[in-house]
Amino acid sequence: MALLEVRDLHVGIEGCEILRGLDLAVNAGEVHAIMGPNGSGKSTLSHVISGKPGYQVSAGQILFNGEDLLAMEASERATRGVFLAFQYPVEIPGATTMNFLRAALNAQRKARAQTEFSTPDFIKRVREVANSLNIPQGMLKRGLNVGFSGGEKKRNEILQMALLEPSLCILDEIDSGLDIDALRIVAGGINALRSSERAMIVISHYRRLLDYIVPDVIHVMSKGQIRKSGGKELALELEACGYAQFEDAA
Amino acid sequence: MVAVQETVERVRRIDVDQYRYGFETLIESDKAPKGLSEDTVRFISAKKNEPAWMLEWRLEAYRRWLTMTEPTWARVDYPKIDYQDIYYYAAPKPKKTLSSIDEIDPEILKTYEKLGIPLREVAILEGVEPPPGGEQTPNRKIAVDAVFDSVSVATTFQKELKAAGVIFMPISEAIREHPELVQKYLGTVVPTSDNYFATLNSAVFSDGSFVYVPPGVRCPMELSTYFRINERNTGQFERTLIIADKGSYVSYLEGCTAPQRDENQLHAAVVELVTLDDAEIKYSTVQNWYPGNSEGKGGIYNFVTKRGDCRGRNSKISWTQVETGSAITWKYPSCILRGDNSSGEFYSIAISNGFQQVDSGTKMIHLGKNTSSRIISKGIAAGKSQNTYRGLVSAHRKATGARNYTACDSLLIGDKCGAHTVPYVEAKNSSATFEHEATTSKISEDVLFYCVQRGLSEQQATGLVVNGFAKDVLQKLPMEFAVEAQKLISISLEGSVG
Ligand SMILES: Nc1ncnc2c1ncn2[C@@H]1O[C@H](COP(=O)(O)OP(=O)(O)O)[C@@H](O)[C@H]1O
Ligand SMILES: [Mg+2]
Repeated sequence: MALLEVRDLHVGIEGCEILRGLDLAVNAGEVHAIMGPNGSGKSTLSHVISGKPGYQVSAGQILFNGEDLLAMEASERATRGVFLAFQYPVEIPGATTMNFLRAALNAQRKARAQTEFSTPDFIKRVREVANSLNIPQGMLKRGLNVGFSGGEKKRNEILQMALLEPSLCILDEIDSGLDIDALRIVAGGINALRSSERAMIVISHYRRLLDYIVPDVIHVMSKGQIRKSGGKELALELEACGYAQFEDAA
Repeated sequence: MVAVQETVERVRRIDVDQYRYGFETLIESDKAPKGLSEDTVRFISAKKNEPAWMLEWRLEAYRRWLTMTEPTWARVDYPKIDYQDIYYYAAPKPKKTLSSIDEIDPEILKTYEKLGIPLREVAILEGVEPPPGGEQTPNRKIAVDAVFDSVSVATTFQKELKAAGVIFMPISEAIREHPELVQKYLGTVVPTSDNYFATLNSAVFSDGSFVYVPPGVRCPMELSTYFRINERNTGQFERTLIIADKGSYVSYLEGCTAPQRDENQLHAAVVELVTLDDAEIKYSTVQNWYPGNSEGKGGIYNFVTKRGDCRGRNSKISWTQVETGSAITWKYPSCILRGDNSSGEFYSIAISNGFQQVDSGTKMIHLGKNTSSRIISKGIAAGKSQNTYRGLVSAHRKATGARNYTACDSLLIGDKCGAHTVPYVEAKNSSATFEHEATTSKISEDVLFYCVQRGLSEQQATGLVVNGFAKDVLQKLPMEFAVEAQKLISISLEGSVG
């Protein structure tokens, strides 16, 4: 059984159909890349999987570990292991990154009937991961993402992912706005979290990302559908010809 | 063994204290007849064994009140109050005695639990008393521990305060024991004629706190009504007077973060603060009176007059308030900056949810030279509530070099509530520098979803955002209060989302 299975998914927003019969199956241990031009519905897919309100699902199914994901509240999906690294992470003034992380981690652990982390253990763990991502300690004490550069915000997303240890990681345009050094750090953090129990979906419209995070499967998305799926060789095809050739492939 | 001896003594003293209530209620009836008349005022004064001057003072206020009309300028809306349909005095009856924690209303217990208040404190606050003779039951142990604790706190307080020369007692006692101080200061900050509700309070106040800090003394501890058992039933018309003599300092905490279920609808308190040369008063309030039910029925009308007078040079008064309760709040803790170089501060978090209406703010009246004031107001409106900041900053002709900084931030949760900012500024001299900033923001869907995607409930997410929003003010609260206030903020916003 696939960890995530999306079947014939049709999704609209404000009366406009964005996803038009999308199919996707991702197994634990795999890294899938979804490539597609701006506006093809990649963020929409990530939002619907993670439970953002405002979308109308008119047909189709999303199964997570065989269970109906669409029937669950967004916070329940999170506690069950669905994590979304946002394309545009929000800012929360006054709530320090440290406190936010702690609240999130404890909420998840509580929902899973696990014991909460002790303060020293938690701080130690955060410091370790923060160091590996080149996140200065001072940043953890500032309001969440407030005054962070684009790159810092993205690193902060990976920090959260590492601490929450999700089983499905969806990374929406994690490479956007990053210079090459920042991209290396972020990709390094992501690669370090690859494991046989965990699946990842990396979403991007830049092929460059695939040089740093090498996926097992590449999907090309256009106009709300997966047009083609394949191995690493698809990346080369994209490099050569761009997205245009896939638009009417389905 | 010493400890055991002490315990026994302390428990015995509680009995004595409680018995004393009996002495105070020697007059036949425990309740004044319904309604307000000169007789009501005389009744209250007699109950309190007050000297003649105090009765005169009250009567004068009462006669003045008869000539006044209720103010209507605030942005609050409520049915007309029938002042003849209110009891103005009920003996401070001890709470219904419960014999164990199990008898406390589970709803109330739940709130305590959320606030993280230890059970033994719950026992004190809810008035759990040991059953007579039932020494071996576990419940008795809780109760005795509880009582023991509060008494030990109170007695340690008293000893240390006495050594420092600080007077801290119910105002009714101060009127009898320190008439010269009370007469010198009472009504000098909020005159009996000040406003409708303050005048009413002057006529019928039942009790409150009195603090005097002698010259040069830094009060050795935060003074709080929290552990003042004898102050349980003084809520309705409370009167507080705090005097910090030259070069002294005191921090006073008002209120209690326990759930308050008062059946009195109308609350009209008066608080007067006086600082002499180089003195400082820090006054913190956490107010969480009953806000009414989810349909907007019931709840407290909180019409409060709080004012501080920086009478001396270089003196300072700082108000910090966290207002989460009451159906209607009408409250403007203010500073009269009379002394040269004096300074006033107002830090406020006002939260409204459900059908609550808040009209609150401050007045900074600059009279002396080089006076400064700072206003940080955080208004949070949720549900169908209305939240107004109303503030006045004025500089007298002679108040050269007056400075004020005001920042008013409003946060809206949902789209059925309202936040309003009404600043009044009057500078009568050209050297005054007044700065004003105001922002209004909403908790966006995106922020909520971000938090929820990390596993937080919408409730937790809202609490997190609001606490972050209010952080600058929360940090002004004394430590132990800040933690409880933070939890209180989350609790008071329950049901505001989703
Ligand atoms: N709130 C919205 N209302 C209407 N259309 C929207 C809304 N959000 C996104 N869309 C449209 O949905 C399409 C897909 O958007 P999105 O999923 O963000 O694409 P991608 O992430 O692939 O760039 C776009 O055409 C976009 O304009
Ligand atoms: Mg996108």
